[in-house]
Amino acid sequence: MKRFTRPRSMTDEMVPYCPGCGHGIAIRLIGEAIDELGIQGETIGIAPVGCAVRSWRLYRIDMMQAPHGRGPAVATGLKRALPEKIIFSYQGDGDSAAIGLAELIHAALRCEKITVFMVNNAIYGATGGQMAPTTLIGQYSTSYPEGRDPGLVGYPVKMAELIANVSRNSYSARVAVNNAKNVLSAKKAIVKAFRTQLNKLGFSFVEILSPCPTGWKMTPVESLNWIEKEMIPEYPLGEYSTPKNL
Amino acid sequence: MKGKPLKAVKVSFDPERCKGCGYCSFVCPKHVIGFSENFNSRGFHYAFLNDPEKCIGCGFCALMCPDIAIRIEVINKD
Repeated sequence: MKRFTRPRSMTDEMVPYCPGCGHGIAIRLIGEAIDELGIQGETIGIAPVGCAVRSWRLYRIDMMQAPHGRGPAVATGLKRALPEKIIFSYQGDGDSAAIGLAELIHAALRCEKITVFMVNNAIYGATGGQMAPTTLIGQYSTSYPEGRDPGLVGYPVKMAELIANVSRNSYSARVAVNNAKNVLSAKKAIVKAFRTQLNKLGFSFVEILSPCPTGWKMTPVESLNWIEKEMIPEYPLGEYSTPKNL
Repeated sequence: MKGKPLKAVKVSFDPERCKGCGYCSFVCPKHVIGFSENFNSRGFHYAFLNDPEKCIGCGFCALMCPDIAIRIEVINKD
């Protein structure tokens, strides 16, 4: 009997994000993956600073807060102290691609057996829509209202390709949550990332392209179309590295 | 049977959780989801099933809902 309800690993709290925020979909997909793999008792989540920090209320698992960008560092400590636990870090793009880039890359270089989920909405959503490293060329942000100029501030960072390049035997994928088909493949990628960790194969990383209608100054439905037209051509979806024996 | 749903399903929307983003009606292949003229306690126009007869129970609305406000139950197995 197939039915659709709130995942067992999630609490009854209201989702605390703006209308149309992709965090709600991403958090639910991680909850569904935890249910599917039956790892609710063994999982510890880490929520560093940003909109992502508000996810801790939504999970019925142990959650820990980390300083800004230090999710992979805290996850490394937890995994080494408690190697049988499943550790994931749920971060935004400002958190993992800007201030926490060194922690993320070195955790990937060391092939830590942890999972990092990065929600990429191409903007600093929590602080009011300033430019992030992942902001697209020409995209509006409150700190660059005329659009991102690559001559002045450089080009957007492509995290899934970066992690695939630096980490051996890792799982690295980019998914989106802008339509039903992409949501289904996002869930498959999240389950694969957890399997990589469960089988002790290596680092796993999933970048989730997610709408931020408030930061982008669009209606929610316009933001889904914007992901399809502007973001996916710049950030191609797919798996960039898959460990052997997965 | 033409026009009949594949499975007998009951799609229920929680008006208090809904924030009226419109993702469910955007992805609905049968366009059967509408928005209420009333507000819920947080001040949003909540979604509801406009035409339950036409719903085919695909579940796309629940997949896309960021607020986990949609619940789908299968009424009978065949």
